Amino acid sequence: MADKELDARGLNCPLPILRTKKMLNTMESGETLKVVSTDPGSVKDMEAFCNQTGNEMVSSGEEGGDFIFEIKKA
Amino acid sequence: MSDEKKMAIIATKGTLDWAYPPFILASTAAALGYETQIFFTFYGLQMLRKDLSGLKVSPLGNPGMPMKMPFGPSWFKSINWNIPNIIQANVPGYESVATALMKKTIANNGVATIPELRELCQEAEVTFIACQMTVELFGFEHSDFIDNVEYGGAATFFEFAGEADITLYI
Repeated sequence: MADKELDARGLNCPLPILRTKKMLNTMESGETLKVVSTDPGSVKDMEAFCNQTGNEMVSSGEEGGDFIFEIKKA
Repeated sequence: MSDEKKMAIIATKGTLDWAYPPFILASTAAALGYETQIFFTFYGLQMLRKDLSGLKVSPLGNPGMPMKMPFGPSWFKSINWNIPNIIQANVPGYESVATALMKKTIANNGVATIPELRELCQEAEVTFIACQMTVELFGFEHSDFIDNVEYGGAATFFEFAGEADITLYI
């Protein structure tokens, strides 16, 4: 279970990333955030976001048309 | 000098469609930890106005812009309305109609509005600089623009851009 969850369904670039960043800002280091999106572009974007910000992508997958990411805050 | 990455953008366009790239890139850069500045000059000043309703799209003379309807059944939505320039140029209010349709398409696709993206940039502390020369050239007053805008010229831009990792002219 993630510590927090963000529903980014229906949002398009760059909103899923911006909302993720905003949510991570409110969290403590080591906590995890689950993000659900429907934007196919967010798959590569979330990975790129994590690579550049040092946050860890714990898991990433697809479920019934939703893209689900679990990110651990650095 | 900090070791934070920096991005500098020059925004020169004053239409609704071209307002997207600077604000999308700047807000994303800020989220990625870049210190970001946008220098607004010439028509780009439109993006700093308090009232953004003047931002429009013009399909006239723009063969790259698909003209599709944002409502109706899918067969109707998929039609690309290829309207000759001579008609576009002569129908009063054509741009306003095209802009209304574009705004509807933007909303349908979950794409942020320009006022929303601009606010996200400001929240993320993106620095906005308006070119003072073009402010005067076009007869604007500082009161036409939102708060927290700095006013400067080319040298002001170079002070930051000279140390930037990424510099874009849009």
